[in-house]
Amino acid sequence: MTVLEQRGAYHPSPPPAWRPRTDPAPLLPDAEPHRVLGTDAARGADPALMRRLYGELVRGRRYNAQATALTKQGRLAVYPSSTGQEACEVAAALVLEDRDWLFPSYRDTLAAVARGLDPVQALTLLRGDWHTGYDPREHRVAPLSTPLATQLPHAVGLAHAARLKGDDVVALALVGDGGTSEGDFHEALNFAAVWQAPVVFLVQNNGFAISVPLAKQTAAPSLAHKAVGYGMPGRLVDGNDALAVHEVLADAVRRAREGGGPTLVEAVTYRLDAHTNADDATRYRAADEVEAWRAHDPITLLEQELTARSLLDEAGIEAARADAEAMAADLRARMNEDPPLDPMDLFAHVYAEPTPQLREQREQLRAELAAEREGA
Amino acid sequence: MTTVALKPATMAQALTRAMRDAMAADPTVHVLGEDVGTLGGVFRVTDGLAAEFGEDRCTDTPLAEAGILGTAVGMAMYGLRPVVEMQFDAFAYPAFEQLVSHVAKTRNRTRGAMPLPITVRVPYGGGIGGVEHHSDSSEAYYMATPGLHVVTPATVADAYGLLRAAIASDDPVVVLEPKRLYWSKDSWNPEEPAAVEPLGRAVVRRSGRSATLITYGPSLPVCLEAAEAARAEGWDLEVVDLRSLVPFDDETVCASVRRTGRAVVVHESAGFGGPGGEIAARVGERCFHHLEAPVLRVAGFDIPYPPPMLERHHLPGVDRILDAVGRLQWEAEG
Repeated sequence: MTVLEQRGAYHPSPPPAWRPRTDPAPLLPDAEPHRVLGTDAARGADPALMRRLYGELVRGRRYNAQATALTKQGRLAVYPSSTGQEACEVAAALVLEDRDWLFPSYRDTLAAVARGLDPVQALTLLRGDWHTGYDPREHRVAPLSTPLATQLPHAVGLAHAARLKGDDVVALALVGDGGTSEGDFHEALNFAAVWQAPVVFLVQNNGFAISVPLAKQTAAPSLAHKAVGYGMPGRLVDGNDALAVHEVLADAVRRAREGGGPTLVEAVTYRLDAHTNADDATRYRAADEVEAWRAHDPITLLEQELTARSLLDEAGIEAARADAEAMAADLRARMNEDPPLDPMDLFAHVYAEPTPQLREQREQLRAELAAEREGA
Repeated sequence: MTTVALKPATMAQALTRAMRDAMAADPTVHVLGEDVGTLGGVFRVTDGLAAEFGEDRCTDTPLAEAGILGTAVGMAMYGLRPVVEMQFDAFAYPAFEQLVSHVAKTRNRTRGAMPLPITVRVPYGGGIGGVEHHSDSSEAYYMATPGLHVVTPATVADAYGLLRAAIASDDPVVVLEPKRLYWSKDSWNPEEPAAVEPLGRAVVRRSGRSATLITYGPSLPVCLEAAEAARAEGWDLEVVDLRSLVPFDDETVCASVRRTGRAVVVHESAGFGGPGGEIAARVGERCFHHLEAPVLRVAGFDIPYPPPMLERHHLPGVDRILDAVGRLQWEAEG
């Protein structure tokens, strides 16, 4: 026996037996997206809610068409349409209480409008006369986020802050399938679960991140499955079934409000239009795929249910369309007016008080404008 | 009446005290970051805050800088005043998108409706023998981002004053804390902390007639030492401590340069594209007819931060500063 061997073998005390920190089974999404329309479950649905959803879907479709038309007339710089995704947009807006917060991405102006925001204000970013056209606190709608998934940690922080203050506030954050690949998606879900923040993440899986299909985006069984890794439930829902989306989101919001923590919802839907008016979707997807999704249109699905239950007749459909036309006419008229522009605004809100350097630059621009006017 | 004797305190203690006082004065002030709670931060700058104010006010977050700053944005949207600690200069980079695209822009994006009063504390700079990714001078990145204030203390009293002012500001402020000065001591009475000065003012730390050294943060003590050494060469150097990089105090800097007629900018950050270029240009634009020589820069080399055993060759030292002063065309005077 060597000197060192005389010390005896090093026998560390065994670590405590390992087991998972939580049981992953209850967090797993269902095998199929949740559906209500066309199933027995639809019969128990609230007619008033169904009619409300229908009216908003019809308005939403018309809003998307009008906004797209405004790009062709040069009244919008760009428009990322949510045509085909109206059920998600509308349900997200309708499940929230007034005091709750919505965190939209650039494709979610419809959700903001359905929440009560003036469409002209919602479209300010896309018209290009300013970045955010509204006071986020007025309707509890965060600024439209153009950098992908960066709005998700904001939703978590706001929900956490509300909880710290003892306020009964839930945040609902919208993100697309492409956004789930971003680091901020991961960090936001992790923070939300660790803090048990009252937040709901709605992924609208519309099949494409501009041109890149989901298969090139992730190898996960579904985007909803990603929830399990964070220790929160993942829910899978048919994103074109407005009642199903509303039900799943309402459950998640209720759970968050009751202190149950965050939920990740994946709504399976389809972007019927191109990424924006500047995109050509025929370069990356086949027409028959689009047609197949048109046959699963959110408005048609709800309309069929409503008419089958005699909750909607031709007159009702006409009334919804007329209401949507009136909204579109008003939007068109107001968007056809040139927005007021004040170049001095460029310096007004960079800081609470302009720095000495910004004051100098403001004077420079003021002088340039004066010279321009004299020259004109 | 009792008089409280001035006691030596470290910069780290002054920073802790600033957060402590801000948290006591305003319940909306929340500290969050990696290891800031139980441990008190890797530099112990948040020491005692979790114990005094609880974990909800001083929170150990998951290890994710974008998440820390991103959630701080949401907290600020709801009316809180978050103070975020980025553990090290180079570990703050994952938070860059949140900082640039949201923290810096949200007031402007919302026409002033939604200011974000967030303080981002970043321990920065070299000279502590750190291995790679622990010694970056990242100020140029922050300075190049409109919408942020950027301040950096060089004294114990300023550490308190600037951090208090940063937390009180309704704008986002990046507070760059010179790591190698964390343990520098100064006579400072923590019971009567200095009045909180507004952001954006430089200060003349040493008056002189021959030339102005323009510097900030970790290079201030080096410049003061150089100014002492310069006396032997017959130069009487003025030293300006910028304290605030954004907003920039053109007035104090230019008043000094107009008096002395010569200037050297000194910083650790790489020279190319660094703060010194901006400062030299500003001085040149404003003081051209008062200058006896071009404004020179003594900066870190344009290299990735060196390994600790070589960092002394990189950091601006007294000799390199005096060499620059010597090149300020003194012969033209005679």
